[in-house]
Amino acid sequence: MTAVSVPVGVAAEDAPKARSATWAAFKALLLRDLTVLDHDLAEFLPNTLTQPAMLVFIFTYVFPRIGQGIGGSNNAGRFSTLLLGGLVAQSVIFQGLFRVALPLAREFDITNELEDRVLAPTSVKTIAFEKIFAGALQSLFAGLVVFPVAAFLPSTPIYLQAHWLILATITPLTCYTSAALGLTIGTRLAPRLVPLLAGFIALPLGFFGAIFYTWDALTPIAWLKYLVLVNPLVYMSEGFRAGLSIGVVHMALLPVYAALIGFAVLFTVLGVTGFKKQVIS
Amino acid sequence: MTPTVEKTCAAGPADEGTTRVAPVVGRTSTTAPAAEPAEVIRTEGLTKTYPSSGGRHEKDVTAVDGLDLTVCRGEIFGLLGPNGAGKTTTVGMLTTRVIPTAGKATVNGIDVVADPARAKYFIGVVHQVNTLDRSLTVWENLFFHGLYYGMSTKASRARSDELLQRFRLTHRAGSQVRALSGGMARRLMVARAVMHRPAVLFLDEPTASLDPQSRIALWEMVGELHAEGQTILLTTHYMEEADAFCNRVAIIDHGKILALDSPAALKHKAAAGKAPVGNAKAWLAQLRALERTSEAPSGNGNAAPDNAAVEAALIEVINAAERHGLSLDDLAGQVTLESVFIDLTGRDLRE
Repeated sequence: MTAVSVPVGVAAEDAPKARSATWAAFKALLLRDLTVLDHDLAEFLPNTLTQPAMLVFIFTYVFPRIGQGIGGSNNAGRFSTLLLGGLVAQSVIFQGLFRVALPLAREFDITNELEDRVLAPTSVKTIAFEKIFAGALQSLFAGLVVFPVAAFLPSTPIYLQAHWLILATITPLTCYTSAALGLTIGTRLAPRLVPLLAGFIALPLGFFGAIFYTWDALTPIAWLKYLVLVNPLVYMSEGFRAGLSIGVVHMALLPVYAALIGFAVLFTVLGVTGFKKQVIS
Repeated sequence: MTPTVEKTCAAGPADEGTTRVAPVVGRTSTTAPAAEPAEVIRTEGLTKTYPSSGGRHEKDVTAVDGLDLTVCRGEIFGLLGPNGAGKTTTVGMLTTRVIPTAGKATVNGIDVVADPARAKYFIGVVHQVNTLDRSLTVWENLFFHGLYYGMSTKASRARSDELLQRFRLTHRAGSQVRALSGGMARRLMVARAVMHRPAVLFLDEPTASLDPQSRIALWEMVGELHAEGQTILLTTHYMEEADAFCNRVAIIDHGKILALDSPAALKHKAAAGKAPVGNAKAWLAQLRALERTSEAPSGNGNAAPDNAAVEAALIEVINAAERHGLSLDDLAGQVTLESVFIDLTGRDLRE
């Protein structure tokens, strides 16, 4: 064995300045998370695509052909159109949520493998923010992957029109909020409950998230229409509907942006403080 | 025994004549030695109290209680104590993961509470459980660690290759870390911890749950790092390891230092207070007299050898020693670190 370079402690003055160290650590942590995404791509793609592809197939191909209620009859094109925004929003929120919350819960509860990253020479807050940022990028990727499936697979016509300004603002806001929700759940929910996310968080989020119907369509059931406003997915679905389609009624943009910004701030505060609580005692 | 806390370190690496590993050779550093503080770790009145969980009869738990210690550059310092003594909490505070309730701690001159982000730059940690990043390969575990610490891609790549070779893991570079044996995983964790050339390497129970061969291999590598000037703070409850490898050890229990010195000095002090007592002393004298008799050449008028008498006396000595809670080692003046510990704490380390 040869003694090559020598691990001798460096003097305090040698520590990089706080800002450059923080930036270097942030970039490296992000690169690590994207490398892991690259390793997991064979699992990530089917995981992201299966559900939207099946929904599109059943609702926009099978139902119209067998003449069954939803998606069928004369408003089939309208349904495919409203489903598009909902499916993109759903993919974004679920990937943001799961890609952040599940690994965190596993790392805190069982593997302790977060240790090395928590010791990176930067503040714990920076490490928590990196988690949100990496989750947001992955949910953006999920949204991009699902879009062609939801836009071009339906057999019924889709009235697609991109409103770029809306898309350019709603997309990052939605991705960020989803990942911040993931950090909140991954750090604040008892780790043993997190694997059950699909059952008691994802399902209610999805069914009451204005994916298969517009929020406005709930008018006949007033109590439900106002109750679902606690669900961030409602604003995401409505936001993507506003950004992607034409001829479908959607919620006014002001409440969409206000609510998404509110949720983003709330989940950031809950997520970052939750992360600190987990790693510092 | 009163704890003797060394308050100042001599400039340069500690060499107290008790070092069992190779002396410091060929230290190379980008900084002039004068710029390096002689003490790498310093704590003053370091205390951590965990609030009770709220039960009526539960009291707050003081895990670490007013700890004063100094670790000098270049030494291997051992924190020795049973489970729950406060070792891991102490390491937690020094590595910025546990916020002290009171007191102060600095690593390489940087306050770990006031500036944890900067302090982390000087710290390398090997935990007692496997904390390798299971989503990355063996090589990537090192490479990304280097990037976290601001190394360039090129520098991190080169150092990863170098450390894999050095820690005999090159053939596993592309493996998943799940596939590593316990010994290999621990070696990779040490390699990762020294990747960024920390001022101090923390080894928390480094050989726990390793087989004897892996244990030897790990100590060999730790010894080499130390020989190159790496300061190491280790926690252990393996007395033999602390005895063999540490320049100084602090025996700690209930969050307090009970004794702090080199293993040899600790044993020496303990042996001084361990003269055979009462009947055992008398029996030992008698045994020695019998031995002299038996060694005397026959045919000169002295008493003939009497093996039966020697045996009987020996049994009496052993019995008397046992009644006084002494081992034969104690009678012979060979005190182990383990017996020092039992003396100080009144209990066995593995209880």
